Amino acid sequence: MKEIVIDPVTRLEGHGKITIFLNDNGEVENAYFQVPELRGFEKFCEGRRAEDLPIITTRICGVCPVAHHMAGAKACDAAFNVEVPDTAKKLRELEYVGYFIYDHILHFYFLGGPDFIVGPDAPPAKRNILGVIEKVGLDIAGEVIKHRAYGQRITGILGGRPTHPVSAIPGGMSKSLSEENRLEIEKMVKSCVEFAKFSLKIFNDVVLENVDYVNLITSDPYSLETYYMGTVDKNNKVNFYDGDVRVVNPSGNEFLKFGPSEYLDVIEEHVEPWTYVKLPYLKKVGWKGLVVGSDSGIYRVGPLGRLNASEGMATPLAQEEYERMYKTLGGKPVHATLAFHWARLIELMYATERALELTTDKDITNKNVRNKPGKPGEGVGIVEAARGTLIHHYILDENALAKKVNLIVATTHNYPSICMSIKNAAKGLIHDNKVNDGLLNMVEMAFRAYDPCFACATHMAIGEMPLEIEIYDERKRLLRRVER
Amino acid sequence: MEKAKLKFALYWAASCGGCEIAVLDINEKILDVVANADILFWPVAMDIKYKDVEAMPDKHIDVCFFNGAIRTEEQEHMANLLRKKAKVLVAFGSCACDGCVIGLGNLWDKETIFQRAYFETPSTKNPESLTPQTSFNVKEGELELPAFYDTVKTLAQTVDVDYYLSGCPPPVPLIIQAVQAIFKNELPPKGSVIMPNKSICDECPREKKDRKLSEIKRIYEIDDDTQTCFWDQSVICMGPATRAGCGAQCLEVNMPCTGCNGPGPLVNDQGAAIVSALTSIATNSDLINQIADPIGTFYKYSLANSILTRKVMKK
Repeated sequence: MKEIVIDPVTRLEGHGKITIFLNDNGEVENAYFQVPELRGFEKFCEGRRAEDLPIITTRICGVCPVAHHMAGAKACDAAFNVEVPDTAKKLRELEYVGYFIYDHILHFYFLGGPDFIVGPDAPPAKRNILGVIEKVGLDIAGEVIKHRAYGQRITGILGGRPTHPVSAIPGGMSKSLSEENRLEIEKMVKSCVEFAKFSLKIFNDVVLENVDYVNLITSDPYSLETYYMGTVDKNNKVNFYDGDVRVVNPSGNEFLKFGPSEYLDVIEEHVEPWTYVKLPYLKKVGWKGLVVGSDSGIYRVGPLGRLNASEGMATPLAQEEYERMYKTLGGKPVHATLAFHWARLIELMYATERALELTTDKDITNKNVRNKPGKPGEGVGIVEAARGTLIHHYILDENALAKKVNLIVATTHNYPSICMSIKNAAKGLIHDNKVNDGLLNMVEMAFRAYDPCFACATHMAIGEMPLEIEIYDERKRLLRRVER
Repeated sequence: MEKAKLKFALYWAASCGGCEIAVLDINEKILDVVANADILFWPVAMDIKYKDVEAMPDKHIDVCFFNGAIRTEEQEHMANLLRKKAKVLVAFGSCACDGCVIGLGNLWDKETIFQRAYFETPSTKNPESLTPQTSFNVKEGELELPAFYDTVKTLAQTVDVDYYLSGCPPPVPLIIQAVQAIFKNELPPKGSVIMPNKSICDECPREKKDRKLSEIKRIYEIDDDTQTCFWDQSVICMGPATRAGCGAQCLEVNMPCTGCNGPGPLVNDQGAAIVSALTSIATNSDLINQIADPIGTFYKYSLANSILTRKVMKK
């Protein structure tokens, strides 16, 4: 048995490690993606004041703090049994789509996009944001930076600070929106709508017009037949901030739908001794190991998961593109992992259109943004983080201190699928003991499509994910090392 | 002849990535950094491996910004390594300076944290009672994980630190100032906190009245008048014990300071300082019973770096 360790020494350093085992015939026997870190939020949130939970939990992730802030605030609303004023809901959602705008822009242009815009076959040194700039032009790079900053600014205005916001409190928001700030946001959002259209056009021109890319997207090593999960509104359209969570089976039919308080009937988490992260699965189907299909409870979340689990987008331009994606890729659901990128841009379109609706809503500057909480109890808050469904579950004591806290974080849902995608990519490439340098990129692409948050802060990274593969023989002697 | 560029390094340990975002939020100023410095090591952005750092001569790096607390074996190793390789080591952000919220884990230990994460949580199903192991034999071979420690440590509790720049994340203007001071070789004496010598109250726009405290309320219980000091409205605000530099951003959206910039000037222990402030304006001794979660409120970001440090676990 040979062992290949892909130690992603940089962008994932300390946060992820891939080990691939080859069998005696030189074929891939198995691959393990380990997360070597735990911080223990579910324990140290115990005893904290309820109103501090939406603030403390933002520190789970500095890239998607807004998602934790909102899931936390919604869990508090539910635990205090308080209905949030309509305007406060809209402000929270506006802050929320602002976060989607900056996060999805980052991923497409800085992290995942280079694979396509510059090309999967381009030399690694070019497959980064600098390569994107070279391909699309410097003035466009300026637009990317500007619109990412707009998203940050919108969340900053509404949340108090762009990273680790504080303004969502049990019962509403701590501050209403001034007309002056509303005008500033409207101006930024209008520009973002145009930028989203432009981003879809780039994707169309560079990726979809290229038959090889489309074939790559739909190719076997990048396909996983799983269940899908995402939050939808009353009409089963994608919603990021609120709604019921819908699950479809690998054939695309509704499997079940649940409200936040029912999540424990739907999701269980499996523990493995070789990683610090748990592996969630659908309770009704069960844990069958890292395998795909309708008998395995593994499901996927995030942009593609949401689009597959819904029946469309609630805004016109996003809906148009949604229909085009399914038409192009052969109907619903799409199992192609690389389609996460397209889905992400469709969501960017929706986020900007929705932001414009909210910014121009006649009630958005209403001063009534808080209701007084009731008696503390138990509550679950669910939002769609950029990377998928995010669940916060709080049980409060009579003094509104946290007795118990349970968290299922977006990327965790995708963890079993990421493990399988990595294994598939490795199997697709490694044969007869031959490890091609292309493995590095194949594995990376499979992994990167999920925009995994193990690599949280890497979303702005100006480079390729450096990888290192070490191949050992059965006596652990180093046979070959590939790195870049 | 062109002046030699400064050699920079940035590293993250137990952290959320927000410090990295803050560095990138300096936007176009990052171009100044690139013009004046070579970034030798930055895991989120660059293709440099641990062993490349290990191969560097000692003191090869001019300045290293280190964010994140020390929670695992691997993080401790990297702290030691970067201390050896860097002339100037800056504890960057609340986790590295004070332990941040991760430090609240010091109210428990590895065993109780694992118990919650891998057994008790209601969504967890663990019939075989498995927990992550530092070394585990899967059927194909052996897999290893870095050890998880009982206690979260700050960077300065692990290695010698030259400067401190706290905040969760550090405020962008302070990052720019610090970088400029480094370029101009105008750093203050070793051990300095490179932040304003003021408290949050000095930056807060709210009006301070008599601040006599006769009861304590929670933020969601009051009808905030949006103008008056939170202490005058009976709400605990960490402003008096917390260092300035963020422009009192939380106060701008009507939320009290929770203390993420760490202890204010001349304050050794942030929690002790706020308790001292509180008792100086208290009008009755019953107030002590009204404080919900004193540890989490007063030491939210600084427990690991306080005189308390951690809870003693009785086995």
